[in-house]
Parts: sequence; structure tokens; C-alpha cells
Amino acid sequence: MPPGVDPPEAEPAPALRCVDVRRSFRIGKRVVVALDGINVEARRGGVTGLIGPDAAGKTTLMRLAAGLLLPDSGRIEVLGIDVARDPLAVQARVGYMPQHFGLYEDLSVRENLDLYADLQGVAPAERPARYAELLHMTGLGPFTGRMAGRLSGGMKQKLGLACTLVQPPELLLLDEPTVGVDPVSRRELWQIIDHLTRGLRTTVLFSTAYLDEAERCDTVLLLHEGKLLGSGPPREISGAMEGRSFHAVASLGRRQLQERLASLPWVMDAVIQSGGVRVVTATRTAPDPASVWPPVPDLRFTPVPARFEDGFVARLNDTMGRTAPSSPASAEGGLRAALPPPAQDGEVIVVEHLTRRFGDFTAVDDISFGVRRGEIFGLLGANGAGKSTTFRMLCGLLPPTSGRLRVAGFDLRTAAAPVRGRIGYMAQKFSLYGDLSVAQNLRFFASAYRLRGARRAERIAWASEEFELAPMQDATARDLPLGFKQRLALACALMHEPEILFLDEPTSGVDPLGRREFWRRINGLAELGVTVLVTTHFMEEAEYCDRLAIMAQGRVLSAGTPEAIKATARTASRPDPTMEDAFIAVIEAADNRGLAA
Amino acid sequence: MWRQVLALVIKELLAVLRDAKSRAVLIGPPLIQLIVFGYAATFDLNHVPMAIYNQDPSQASRELVAHFAGSPTFHVVAMLGSERPIDNLIDSRQVQLVLVIDRRFTRDLLAHQPAPVQAIVDGRNSNTALLIEGYANTILTNFALNWDAAHGGPAPSAVLDLRALYNPTLSSRWFIVPGIVALLTQVVTLLVVGLSVARERETGTFDQLLVTPMRPVDILLGKGLPGLLIGTVEASVIIVAAVFWFDIPLRGGLLPLYLGLLLFVIAVSGIGLMISSLVSTQQQALLGAFLFMVPSIILSGFATPIANMPVWVQDLTLINPMRYFLVIVRGVFLQGADIGSLTSQYWPMATIGAVNLVAAAWLFRRRTI
Repeated sequence: MPPGVDPPEAEPAPALRCVDVRRSFRIGKRVVVALDGINVEARRGGVTGLIGPDAAGKTTLMRLAAGLLLPDSGRIEVLGIDVARDPLAVQARVGYMPQHFGLYEDLSVRENLDLYADLQGVAPAERPARYAELLHMTGLGPFTGRMAGRLSGGMKQKLGLACTLVQPPELLLLDEPTVGVDPVSRRELWQIIDHLTRGLRTTVLFSTAYLDEAERCDTVLLLHEGKLLGSGPPREISGAMEGRSFHAVASLGRRQLQERLASLPWVMDAVIQSGGVRVVTATRTAPDPASVWPPVPDLRFTPVPARFEDGFVARLNDTMGRTAPSSPASAEGGLRAALPPPAQDGEVIVVEHLTRRFGDFTAVDDISFGVRRGEIFGLLGANGAGKSTTFRMLCGLLPPTSGRLRVAGFDLRTAAAPVRGRIGYMAQKFSLYGDLSVAQNLRFFASAYRLRGARRAERIAWASEEFELAPMQDATARDLPLGFKQRLALACALMHEPEILFLDEPTSGVDPLGRREFWRRINGLAELGVTVLVTTHFMEEAEYCDRLAIMAQGRVLSAGTPEAIKATARTASRPDPTMEDAFIAVIEAADNRGLAA
Repeated sequence: MWRQVLALVIKELLAVLRDAKSRAVLIGPPLIQLIVFGYAATFDLNHVPMAIYNQDPSQASRELVAHFAGSPTFHVVAMLGSERPIDNLIDSRQVQLVLVIDRRFTRDLLAHQPAPVQAIVDGRNSNTALLIEGYANTILTNFALNWDAAHGGPAPSAVLDLRALYNPTLSSRWFIVPGIVALLTQVVTLLVVGLSVARERETGTFDQLLVTPMRPVDILLGKGLPGLLIGTVEASVIIVAAVFWFDIPLRGGLLPLYLGLLLFVIAVSGIGLMISSLVSTQQQALLGAFLFMVPSIILSGFATPIANMPVWVQDLTLINPMRYFLVIVRGVFLQGADIGSLTSQYWPMATIGAVNLVAAAWLFRRRTI
């Protein structure tokens, strides 16, 4: 150990220390403040989680810590070294795995490792032992000869991690390594991280948008729009919420129940879960079913343990002010009697033995399901599971290789153009015309959906009002905050009052409040008889669906109501499994069947 | 249907014009290119550096030297005293022509015998060498005619009396600048149309467009028309600049010119749409555009005459819309051609345009449906 650095008897310098760090970016004429005066310290050892939605400043903080960016003002120390003064010294002791790790897809697993070993100057003599350890840790041993491009999403992340670890770092920076990765791989990634921190005493800084992962961290830093909302052990953040979380059931439909409960002044948060509604109260008083007005028959509250998300939502509410839930009545006013009477029940989306191959790769493999009118149907799965391919086929954007599909009684690929006016489609990442203003986007889609005259004006006015877009009328769509982009995309998709709504990962990257608001709208639409088909990789969002299909490697592994799917994972040791438990159980069962076959 | 197409056209124009960068790309580079090409691209030779090795110090040879020195084409940079530096001067590109006047020059002249004058030319650029030879020959012929007239020599048996129609001073700028109208119109139209679909494919908005009740043909029109508009406006700006900045005479009417322009822009938009329907990224679109652009310019007669090309290449140029439009622009500008005399150019371009649009529509449907 060089003299002057970390004398053994003294407390070692913290892994990361930020003093009033500010960093902004210029995007065109607009200045975006990514980090707004962050003061934080992360101690050595264990996992420190950076928790927050997109645009919270997680990646900026990671890149500052890795010495890839300089702060506008303030000071960052990593392992006791001032990053601005000596970035190379920091980089020698830190491993950084960015969100999109630079794997060379045309090189094999082994060649990728070699490349990163060369780049990081690992002596050839040390390599065999190091590789053996990494391959064992990541379970990639059997695949050393495979091209990186042909690995699954989870395996790619593990290879990226192995490449980052080829020179053992003291501090490991992981930027959203689990987003969009299937739960099984996610669990394996966490096992590797546990092994690194417990066994090898590496310090890990881990960023994620999944709030349930916070509970696995030793310390969390809550970020939102460049500000630190709080920090501490996750238990502390959820602990404050203890005694305020309840599970409510009633004979009312769960969507109506949620709507009713959410509008009560003493309810801070209400989300659909396990056939009922999970309620977080504003104060620590047991809710009294009798105090609910108008009365809800058979309403019962059961206390449940607090979750990390409860604490996060509470803090968001404190900082942003409670967003008044906009009444779903306005949505009803928007969707007039344009919908066919609900008498024509039955399946509006029919998928039978649908298969799509790209070359020798089967993206969608013989799937079948049906969606009934007014139902919210979810396709749940990791990136690369075949959800988007299925979606594109249903919307007529991609011809199936084989199989049959019907949307509102038509195959949209061959149906006449006006039939497409009956569906609404919200593409991944809210694809809107970034160069156009909000109002221009609305006007364009209104015309594209063949609205004209008074009705066109009426629908545009409805969209601006319902989605609170009026103050942003002239803002360029590209510059909108993510939450507004999502609203604008939904507004454009609903412009023509579609009877079937396709939503492809509609909540990806949006903060928990934005996601709640979004689902409240979708619930309102479903209540009005709109059929909704939605894809998501957020396990807990599956709870909003009436029925869902779990997809992996192009196949539907399990389909049914959320309760039925969760019930399959119920064991004596796990009486109340989560959707993630169920997902893992379903995948493992499928793997076992595969082995047996 | 027309409302939807109109909405798409408005959207396209807004997307191009709201973005400061693409606005700059449409206005800046074409104007800069026009100015640069207009001045730089010329076949005329001016100020060619030359040296003279005069072995016959006499009145007659000095008169010949004065003819060269006084010509705007040549610029005498050295008078040599021996023949030794000649190779080096040409080798180092200090001069492109060395005139060697023989010691018997005056004697032969007075004796009414052919007086030898040697011209050594840098042959590395064959085109320039030929031009230099021509210019030098002209000067020498003038000198000889003057001499004979003054000294009572026999009148030459035949003299060429050149009179150039349409371009009396044979200024090559008059030939090039109208060609630039065609060149830049093609570049701008091709890029606007060729990149627009690829850009939407990249951002994912193309899917959003395809799930609306718009038909492929609506989308095709909505994507093609903005290119047509922008290309026409761009061409008009260049035409104005050609007339008022470069003083190129516009002898014909605007109608024959704009009829040709419209057909040309339609044909080029069709190619842009074909590129658009085949590619999935803007990079590929750019590559496709240049893959078409370079041969289409070389095989258009923009710089080198089509008549000089091998017959099979000449046949190939028949499918190149720029070939016809160049004839039209130059014809209208310099010759004042009217619609009647250009019919043989209009109809092939109209045919090409129609074929391109049908092919684009077919490719487009195949890619999207």
C-alpha cells in the first residue's frame, strides 16, 4: 500500500463523497439540470443503491464517479481521491459497467474477455485463473465459444459484468444492469453482486429503476429529478411506513375499489394487488371501513408489511405535493358512445398458433391467446421474450410466419385502412415527432386518424384538457419531460377513441407517481369497455391486468389471472408469492419440462 | 384522403423547417456550393504560367513574345538563357508551357519559309495540355497573319473564322452554372425524400404512422410532395442567383424551364422514395443516395459530353433524368428554347418519373404491408 493512502488504523475514506455537486447539460437551447446540488456519502463495503426513475440523474452521477464527466461545480471524491484532479487514478481502481455495455457482438465470449483483459492490462499469466473464476461466477463457462450477439439479454449483462471485473476493482459502478432483464437472470446477477460484496469485499454502487431491488441494497440513495430525496438503509425508508400499509378487499370490482379508495383524503396511495387494493394511509391510524363514504359493501382491511416503494412514494408526495387524482369522469366524457354496445361480448383479439421467425431465430414460437372486450391483458416478459414482435404482428406491422390472428375480427395486414382507425397504438419509448410542438403533434394525429371539422377541434381540445397538455402547447415534443411525453403519446393514441388499445411498455422509465396516474387512466378506459393489450417488464404492473401471459423465449409459458398465476408458485414456505416469484417458478418449470422432454 | 396527405405534408415541412440544423443544411450548403462551383468549376484557362527560351534576339521574336505576354491566357514567369532549366521548371509545375524560339526564326520568316517554334507542354493533365496547345496555336496564327500582312507575305489560302452562337465569348461559366441548377436540385430533393422515411424508422414513429388509417399511397404522397416543394424552391433560388449574381442570360421563358424542373423533381423524388422504402436507417439512406448520385452526375453530361462516351454508356444515360434536365436548363438559359423544341426531353423524363413512382409504390407496399 503506498504511503499516505488509507493508513490501516484510520477509518478508510468513503467509497464516494459528493459535496454540493451540480451538473447540467445543454440540449439544443435548453439547459437540463441533471444533478442539482448533491451532498452524499457512500461508505465502503456492501451495495449502495442509486434508486430513481429515468432522468433522476443516476447515470450522470455514475459517470461523474467514473471520472468520465466533470461536475459544473462541487467536489467528488472516489476512494478518497478527488476525481476532477486525478481521474486516471480513480479509473485504475474503479470498474464501470455502463447501461449499454460495449460488448462486441461479433466476438465470442472468450474473445470479449481477452479484449477487455488487453484493454485493462491484465498480465497473460494471471488470465486463466481470473477467467475461470469469472466464468464460474457468471455461469458462462459452457458458452465461451458463443458469439456475444447470440447470447440472451441476461447472459449479455453477465458477460458485461465479467468483462468489467476482469481486473478486480475496489469499487464497482453498475448502471442499471438489471433493467429489462428477466427475473431469473436478475436473481443470478444479484447472487454475483452478493458474492462480490460479501466474499471479495468489493464496494458496489448499483443504479436501478426497480424499486423492489432497493430492499437488497445495504444503503440507498433516492434520486428524483437531480435531487436527493433521501438516503439510508432501505429498512429505514420503508420502516417509517410501518403500520400504514393495508390490503383491502370488497365485493366491489377491484378497479372501482381502487378508484374509490384513492379518492379518500386519508389514503396516500392505492394500487391494485392480489385481487384487492393495497392501501397506504396518510397517517398511522388503522382505517375504518365504516368511514368510507359512500359506503363500500364488505370492505375489509388487513395490515400488511410496508414496502420500500411506499416510502419512496411518500417522499415523492412530500416533495412534489400530492397530485390530485384527476377524475376518471372526464375520460368517460371523452369517450362518447362511439364504442359498440358491450352486448357483442366475446374475444376481440384472437391469436392462434402464431409464429414468427427471423432467419433461423424464432422470435415468437407458436403462441395462442384471446382477449375479451373491456379486458386489460398483459404480456409480461423480459427484453427479447417476443412481446414486441407479437405486438407488431397484431398491429399489422409485421407479417407472421404462420398462425392466425384477428383484431376486432380483422387481420390488420390485409384489412382496409379504415379498420386501423379502431385501434390505438402507443409504441415503445413514446415515439412522437420530436421536432414538432405538442399542439402540432396532436393536430397531425387527429388528421391522420381522419378526424375533421368540429369533431377534430373537439378531440384536440379534449386531449389538451384531459392530459393537462395546454400549458405545454408550444413546447417541442423532444424537450418534454418523460412524464409529459408519455401523456402526449397516450393522448395521440386515444385521439380517435379506439376500441382496442395497444400499449408497448408504456411505463418504462416513468416515476412511480407517473405510473400510478397512467394506470388510473387505463383502468378508466377499461371500465368504459376499451380493450387494452399491454406489454411490460415491471412484474408488479402485471397486477393491473385482468389476465396476463408470461412470455419467455418467444413462448407463452403461463396464462391466466394474476391470482391464478401467483397461486402456481404458492408453497408452504412461501404462502404469498409475488409476481416475480411466480415468474421464476414458471420459467423453472418450463426448463424442467424442457429437460424431461 | 387528401386531408391526411396534406396533414403529412405539413408535418414533414414543419419537421424540416422547425429544426435549425436541417434548415441550415437546406439553405447553406447549396448556396455555398453554387458560389464555389460557379467560380471554381471552369474549363477556361487563365494565367497559365509559361517560360520562353528565345534563341533569336530580334525584333520579330520580341513581337511574338509580346503576343504571348499580352494574352490573358498566359503569364510569362521566366525568360530562359539556356535549355537546361526547362525540364526542372515543368517537373516542379512552375510552368506548364515552355516556348522555344529557334535561332533561325527571323531568318526563316524573312525568307518566307516556315519558321519553327517549339512548344513544350506539361502533359500530365491531357485536357489542359490540349487546351494550351490550342491557345498557343491561335496566338501563333495571329502573329503569322499579322507578320505576313505587314511584310507582304502571301495571304493564307484558308482562314477559319469562328463565331460561337448562344455563348459568344465561349465562357464556360455559362455552361456550368445552369448545370449546377440541375445538380443541386437533385442533391436536395434526393436527400429530403430519401432520408425522411429512414428518420421515422429510426425514431419508431413510422410504426405509429402505419397503424393510422393512412394507406401506403397516402404516406408515399405525403413523403414525396415535401421533397417536390423543397426541391422546386431550392431550384428557384439557384436560378435567381444564376441570373442576378452570375449574369447568365435567361433567354427562354419560365414555363419551359419549370415544366422541366417539375418533371425532373418528380423523377428524382421517385428515386428518393425507392431508397426510402429499401433502407432502415438514415446512414443506409445516405449511402443509397450517393450510390445513385455520383454515376448520375457523371453520366449526365454535366461536365463531359455524353457524345464522347462509348455507345453502351450512352444508352445507359437514357434512364438518367438529369441528362434530360441538363439539356432543358441549358437550352432555356442560353438558347431560349421553347416547350415545342424540348418535347424530346420532356417525355422521357415524364416516363422515368412515372416508372419511378410506380416502382416506389410497389416497394413501399411490399415493405409495409
